[in-house]
Amino acid sequence: MDTIQAILSSMMREAISPQTAAVAIAAIGLNVHFGFTGLLNIGQSGFMLLGAYGFAISIGHDLPLIAGLLIGFGAAFVFALVLGAPTLKLRGDYLAIVTISAAEIIRYVGRSALLTDFTGAAQGLQGVTYRDPFTNLSFFGGGTTTLSPFNYADVAGGAVWVRLLGWLLVAACITGIVVLVRGAQRSPAVRYAGIGLLGAVTVFLLFFLAPANYQNTGVSGWWVRFAAWLLVGISALVVFLLVRSPWGRLLRGIREDEDAIRSLGKNVFAIKMQALIIGGLFGALGGMVYVLPASVQPDSMGRSLTFFCYTALLLGGAATIFGPILGAVLFYAARIMIKGVANAYIPDNIMNNQQTEQFSFIVVGVALMLIVIFRPQGILGNKRELRFNV
Amino acid sequence: MSESTVARSDLADPTARRALMAGVDATPGSGKPDPILVVDNIVRQFGGMTAVDVDHLEVQRGIITALIGPNGAGKTTFFNLITGFDRPTSAKTGAHWSFDGATLDKTSASSVAKAGMVRTFQLTKALSRMTVMDNMMLGAQGQSGENLLKCVFKPMWRGQERDIEDKARELLARFKLLEKKDDYAGSLSGGQRKLLEMARALMSDPKMIMLDEPMAGVNPALTQSLLGHIQSLRDEGTTVLFVEHDMHVVRHISDWVAVMAEGRLVAEGPADTVMSDTAVIDAYLGAHHDTDLGDDALLSDDVMEQIQQQVAAEQEDES
Repeated sequence: MDTIQAILSSMMREAISPQTAAVAIAAIGLNVHFGFTGLLNIGQSGFMLLGAYGFAISIGHDLPLIAGLLIGFGAAFVFALVLGAPTLKLRGDYLAIVTISAAEIIRYVGRSALLTDFTGAAQGLQGVTYRDPFTNLSFFGGGTTTLSPFNYADVAGGAVWVRLLGWLLVAACITGIVVLVRGAQRSPAVRYAGIGLLGAVTVFLLFFLAPANYQNTGVSGWWVRFAAWLLVGISALVVFLLVRSPWGRLLRGIREDEDAIRSLGKNVFAIKMQALIIGGLFGALGGMVYVLPASVQPDSMGRSLTFFCYTALLLGGAATIFGPILGAVLFYAARIMIKGVANAYIPDNIMNNQQTEQFSFIVVGVALMLIVIFRPQGILGNKRELRFNV
Repeated sequence: MSESTVARSDLADPTARRALMAGVDATPGSGKPDPILVVDNIVRQFGGMTAVDVDHLEVQRGIITALIGPNGAGKTTFFNLITGFDRPTSAKTGAHWSFDGATLDKTSASSVAKAGMVRTFQLTKALSRMTVMDNMMLGAQGQSGENLLKCVFKPMWRGQERDIEDKARELLARFKLLEKKDDYAGSLSGGQRKLLEMARALMSDPKMIMLDEPMAGVNPALTQSLLGHIQSLRDEGTTVLFVEHDMHVVRHISDWVAVMAEGRLVAEGPADTVMSDTAVIDAYLGAHHDTDLGDDALLSDDVMEQIQQQVAAEQEDES
C-alpha cells in the first residue's frame, strides 16, 4: 500500500506542478491555432522558448518584471508575424513546415556559443538570475504548508480502508460529473451547480488522499503553483470570451473552408494572423511559467515539448475550453503513474529506472494513437461535430 | 433584404425586361444600357492551354443573365477570375474589369464580396462542422463582433448579433431550412446545402449574386423552388449571373444568355435567339436539344414513337 500511496502522491505532485500548468497554457494557445482555426502549428515550443528567453534575459539585465513580460510577449508577437506573413496565404501544410523548422532554429540559436552572454548557450540560464522579482511578489509568507492539512492520515491513522473508501468516492464523483455532463434532461442550472459541487468535492478528496507539501514561497512552492494555475484559469477565460464571439465563429469558419469565408467578404489572412499571434502569445506565457520554477534550457524546450502540448490537446479534446487543461493534467499524471508502476513492479533486470522513463513515453505514445483512432474528439470533445470531418 | 422587398424593382415586369433588352445587339460583347459588370481583355492560361480569353462582356443590371457553354469552356474559371479567386494571366497587359463603377483589377476575393458581388461554388462549400445558423450568420457583413478588440465584450455586439439572427431566420424560413437551423451543415443533403449556400450569400444583401451551377444535383421539386427564389431575387432588384447546363432552366428564367466555348464568348442574346444560333448548337447544344426526354408532357405515345423513328433513322444513317 505504501508503494501505491507513493505513486499516487507523485502523480498528484506532477498534476499540480507549475510545469504542467505551463504546458496547459501552451496547449490552450495551440487550441486557438489547431482546434479553432485549423492552423497546424508544430512549433509551439519555439513560441515558448522565445517567451522564456525574452522574460529571463530582460530580467537578468535588471529590467523590471513587467518589462520582462512585455519583451517575452513582443518576441512571440514578432515571431508569429514573421512566420505567418509568408505562409498564411498558402495551404496549411506550409505553416506546419515553417513552424517546426523555425522553432528548431530558435533552439539552435539559443544554444549557440556566440550568444553565451545572453542565453547561456547550451547550459541555459539559471533560475536565480531571473526568478527573484516574481518570488518577491508573493504574499504567501514563509514556512511550508501541506494541502490539504486535514488528510487521510488524520482519519483512523490512515488505514487502508479509509484510502480505499476515499478513492471509491473519487470514482463516484467523477461518474456523477460524467452523468451530469451527458444528461441534457435536467435544467442547466442544476447541472452546472452539480458539476461544480462534485468537482470541488473531487479536488478536495484528491488532496485529502494524496496531500502535497511545499514551501509557501520558495523556488518551486505554493506561490508559483498558485500563480501558474491562476494564469491557466485566466487563459481559459480569455479563450472562452474570444471563441463565443462572432470572431470565434469566423475562426471555426476558416477551419472548415477558407474559400467559403473569403467569398463572404471576410479578410481570411488577417483573421488567421490574429489567431496565430494570440495562440503564440499564450505559448510565450506558457514558456515563462515553464521556466519560473526551473531554468531556461533550450534543449528541454524542443520538439518533444510541442508534441506534449499536442498530446494534452488531443487527449482533452481540441476545440473545447477545458480540454487542453484536463489533457495536460491527465497526460503528466498518467506518465508518472506508468513510470512509477514500472519502477515498482518490474524487476530491475528486465527494465531499469532509466528504461522505465522511456517506457512511460512509449506507453503515452501508444495511448495517444489509441485515442486518435477510437476517440478522436478527445475526452471533452463533441462527437457529433467530428462526424462531419470532410 | 428589408428595403428591396418593399420596393420591387421596375424590372419585375417581364415586358419591361424585354423592352430593356430589345435594343441590345445579340452579338458577343455587345454594350448594355446599364451594365453592372464590365469585363475587358481577361485572359487566363494554364501552361500552354488558354482557359479563358474574353475580350469584352457586359452584364446588365437587374436581370438574370445565364452563362452557358460546354464542359471545359472556362465558365467556372471566368467566375473565379472576376471574383478574385484567381488572377488573370493578362493582369499586367490590360485586363480590366469593373463592378458597379468600381475597378476590381487587383482586389482580393474578400473585397470583391464586400463590394457587393457574392458568389456560390459549383461544389458547395457548406461549413460542415458548424450549425446551419452559424453558417448563415457568417454571411452578414460589417459585424463589429468580428473585430478582435471588440469581440471580447459581449455588449458591443449583442444587439447586432440579434438583428443578424433575425435576418438569418427570415432567410432560412424562405428557403425552408428553418427547422434545420441547429443541425450541423454536414448533415444536410446536397440540395439543401445548395439552398444553404445561396441563403448564406444573401445574408450580405449583395447587389449581384453569381451562382455556379445552382441546379446541379438538385431534385426537380427543389429545382422549382430554387428557380422561384432566383426569380424573386431578380424581382427585388438583385442582378443574377449563373452558370447552368439545364437548358430548360436557362430558357425558363434567364433574360439574357451568354455562351462560352473554348474560353471565348461565342454568342449572346435572349434565350430563344441564342439557342437557335447554329454556332451555339454545334458547339454545345447538339441537334436534339429541343427534345426533352425528361419532360412528362412529351412522354405521350405519339411523341415516343416519333423519337424512336428518329433514332432508328439516325442509326440507319450511321450504319
